[in-house]
Amino acid sequence: MSAPTTDILATIEGGNEPEQGLKPRSELTARELMREVGAVLRLSEAEVAKLGDIPVDPADDQTMIINMGPQHPSTHGVLRLMLELQGETVLRCKPIIGYLHTGMEKTGEALTYMQGGTNVTRMDYVSPLNNELVFSMATEKLLGIENEIPERAVWMRMLLSELNRMSSHLLFLATNGMDLGAVSMMIYGWREREEVLRFFQKVTGLRMNHNFIRPGGVAADLPEGWRDDVLRLLELIPPRLEEYDTLMTGQPIWRERLQGVGVITAQEAMALGATGPILRSTGVAWDLRREQPYLHYDEVEFDVVVGQYGDCFDRYSIRLNEVRESMRIVQQVLDRMPGGDYRIQNKKVTPPPRVRINQSMEALIHHFKIFTEGFKVPEGEVYVAIESPRGEIGCYIASDGSATPYRMHVRAPSFVNIQCLPHMMHGGLIADAVAIISSIDPVLGEVDR
Amino acid sequence: MAADYGREQRVVHCTRTEYLATVRSLLAESFSMCADLTAVDYLTYAADRSLPPEVAAERFEVVVNLLSIEKRERVRVRVQVPVDDATIPSLFDMYPGSEAMEREVYDMFGISFTDHPDPTRILMPEDWDGFPLRKDYDQGSIPVQFSTDFATGSSR
Repeated sequence: MSAPTTDILATIEGGNEPEQGLKPRSELTARELMREVGAVLRLSEAEVAKLGDIPVDPADDQTMIINMGPQHPSTHGVLRLMLELQGETVLRCKPIIGYLHTGMEKTGEALTYMQGGTNVTRMDYVSPLNNELVFSMATEKLLGIENEIPERAVWMRMLLSELNRMSSHLLFLATNGMDLGAVSMMIYGWREREEVLRFFQKVTGLRMNHNFIRPGGVAADLPEGWRDDVLRLLELIPPRLEEYDTLMTGQPIWRERLQGVGVITAQEAMALGATGPILRSTGVAWDLRREQPYLHYDEVEFDVVVGQYGDCFDRYSIRLNEVRESMRIVQQVLDRMPGGDYRIQNKKVTPPPRVRINQSMEALIHHFKIFTEGFKVPEGEVYVAIESPRGEIGCYIASDGSATPYRMHVRAPSFVNIQCLPHMMHGGLIADAVAIISSIDPVLGEVDR
Repeated sequence: MAADYGREQRVVHCTRTEYLATVRSLLAESFSMCADLTAVDYLTYAADRSLPPEVAAERFEVVVNLLSIEKRERVRVRVQVPVDDATIPSLFDMYPGSEAMEREVYDMFGISFTDHPDPTRILMPEDWDGFPLRKDYDQGSIPVQFSTDFATGSSR
């Protein structure tokens, strides 16, 4: 409890706010330096002191601090990295984020629970349906209706969530290929992703930012012929994945570029809070679909893909194989898709069907009120987490009993995962930096929110 | 105090002085991952916050969600932080992954974390005034630079 607030305010007003960037070594204390080169992971200060000085400790004039980004094609949006280089070796790295910050959590406080989906879906724009899902599940838990969601809605949510995982991973395969110079892979990955997005367009009306999964169920029923479309996807994609295997997995250049690059251990990953493929690449079989099942993931059969070495190659092959696992789940969802309602018939959260509006004044008023005022959610606070393609996406909502969340916070997996970058980069080559950024698969919309 | 305020999720309340000890004992209890760390500004909260009687309500609340991979459990730690001394110890030594999240809380709420290795803003620019997620932060609006006067047809 050292610095009281008045001091902080004074520093801010005095324009002495600390800088965000990477500083030259001469301006750092030993502890700051230790942290930046990744020595401080689960070490107490005493242990750090015991480590003594860091082996590579060049003078300021032997190293160079450069900016990579924010407008660099391989930084996946507007990620800016400050790198300290000695020759081609990366000694320190600091991600600087916030270029895409639009205050979505603040916006979320002004939108009703009904409108909230349009906001959260724009955070991780590569897997929007998972964002909507976690927001809806948190809202439903606050409403106490999480066990009353109709079966068809639950299975539809699983179908969409898994297809979204496929499209997200296909985009990863495309950008990963692009970052490493496999330009054909970029075109292939985007081609296959587009097939999945086409299905989304048919179901939800939009390729991205669907606002389709809503508190209480989903927005609409599956369209005519959806089953054939999904079956077509399931037929189309496996041979293409085989093609990727031929093109990349066994290819010597690809392996050279990825194997042993950006290594992180299980202990480090857990200390840094990394989840998803990054944690699994270190051999920890942690997948929320299996460990804390939501929807009906406990009723379907699938394998959790884990790696062994924690390097970029493991993260690549985990995502490639997760596409296969997702297809297995989608196949089972197809077999088990029940009929019935696609949203809860609870008048409190569900607007009346369109036909009723023409017939009944009350239905019209009800419809109007739900969309203008929203529905009230009992006070309380809840944290719900699901497995997004990038890791654990969580939604924390504190409600004060009104129709808008008092506080809506999204635990974005990319935001946390990006902290692994300095540890993966340390001691690597600058050419590998691109491979490592790519293997984290950050979505900056979600990092900055 | 409503029994289901936390919707039957495990919630631990503690004061700021107990904070580190509480989290340390949870870490020993195998809660080895800090899944999430955020804060809430309860300035305009209308409802009963359902705090246990021994916990005095303050304006800010830091909410930490810990995860146990061994036991597949979660726990939420809620700590009250007063506005006139908005500081709280950092969890960095126990959970290095809380670094970015604590910076975000500082950036958005102005709650500073003592012993945090890098207490800078993370999302907002360095020279930003105010803390956006505080409830008394003026959302305001940007003055209109260009507009059309439809009556006269002139545009400025």
